Amino acid sequence: MSHEDILAGLAAIVNEVAGIPAETVQMEKSFVDDLDVDSLSMVEVVMACEDKFGVTIPDTEVKNLNTVADAVNYIAAHK
Amino acid sequence: MSTLKSPTTHSAAGLIGLGAYRPERVVTNDEVAARIDSSDEWIRERSGIIERRYAGADETAASMGAAAAARAIADAGLQPTDIDVVMVATFTHRFQTPSAAAEVSHLIGATNASAFDISAACAGFCYGLGIADSLIRSGTAKNIVLVGTEKLSDFLNPDDRGTAFIFADGAGAVVISATTTQGISPTVWGADGSAMDAIIMEPDSVQAGITHEPSHITMQGQRVFRWAVGSMGDVCKDALAQSGIQATDLVAFVPHQANLRITNAIVKHLDLPESVIVAKDIEYTGNTSAASIPLALDALRSSGQIKTGDPVLLVGFGAGLAYAAQVALTP
Repeated sequence: MSHEDILAGLAAIVNEVAGIPAETVQMEKSFVDDLDVDSLSMVEVVMACEDKFGVTIPDTEVKNLNTVADAVNYIAAHK
Repeated sequence: MSTLKSPTTHSAAGLIGLGAYRPERVVTNDEVAARIDSSDEWIRERSGIIERRYAGADETAASMGAAAAARAIADAGLQPTDIDVVMVATFTHRFQTPSAAAEVSHLIGATNASAFDISAACAGFCYGLGIADSLIRSGTAKNIVLVGTEKLSDFLNPDDRGTAFIFADGAGAVVISATTTQGISPTVWGADGSAMDAIIMEPDSVQAGITHEPSHITMQGQRVFRWAVGSMGDVCKDALAQSGIQATDLVAFVPHQANLRITNAIVKHLDLPESVIVAKDIEYTGNTSAASIPLALDALRSSGQIKTGDPVLLVGFGAGLAYAAQVALTP
């Protein structure tokens, strides 16, 4: 799965969880500062990513996923 | 070898009385927000809470619990002397010993009752329903008053952004008795002590006694949210499957009022029919731990949204990562 495919899947999840337009979910965007995804929505995004991409994202890792690129790279590396 | 007698069993147990006690003082989001660099809007978005209530200085978990218990006993049409077990679910009672239940039984005049506490935090009320069901059907008890009561405001750090706006005070109670038809479904329950630091009151009371540093509740919010949202939907499905009724038969879903975001996420996972009312008492009550389910039941019944005999799905979950769920018929 390419980074582009992961980004598209992640954007769909962020849209579903937080109601943010998928096209605004771009690599350089910060979940909290740019996309206004709060800490609880971030947990829902992470749980949905685990289901969708078949990866495990432990609690201790969630705080390191600041930008969309952080999440895409983590998923790509752990798939 | 001698053969000992066992009690004469009862064929069924159910809820026959309900009572609540909400302390007088309303605490707004603005009042709480000042200490945590927050706002009314921020608190509503993250928890659904609009306001909560705090008990007065002269009130305790036991005194509020007694008020709720007395109302539940009156609602059941019983006298306090008819009660043979007083069970209290709480973690904010003033004394390590004796129990809050002993104090409650004295305050309400339940002079014929045994009394003990349940330590299962926010799952305590649903734990208690399961225990009460077993005590009655086994013949050990006939009329039980089960109380959930908390004075959490005494154990809050008002500067902690993770907890200060969530927790509040109140009490609710039910009477469980031998009935002609079963009103409590099999209890699905469990706990995971490996995560005991996820929600904890620290320092422990021994340390607090030595250092004179007060104990406060701390919570790893994201971790608890993930556990509750990831697990409680399946626990509810299991409880419903064991109850013998379908989701379409439910009148209401009354989860522990932890956080409206958790409730909404569980509801999404459960895929409940639109007709099922979802309890949202947290909006005006906050998270009252062991008291939240009977308080929410009382709010739904008082407003006419549920009536006697209606099946409601209950689930409690919290510290110790203890959880319990069952279906009950509304008293």
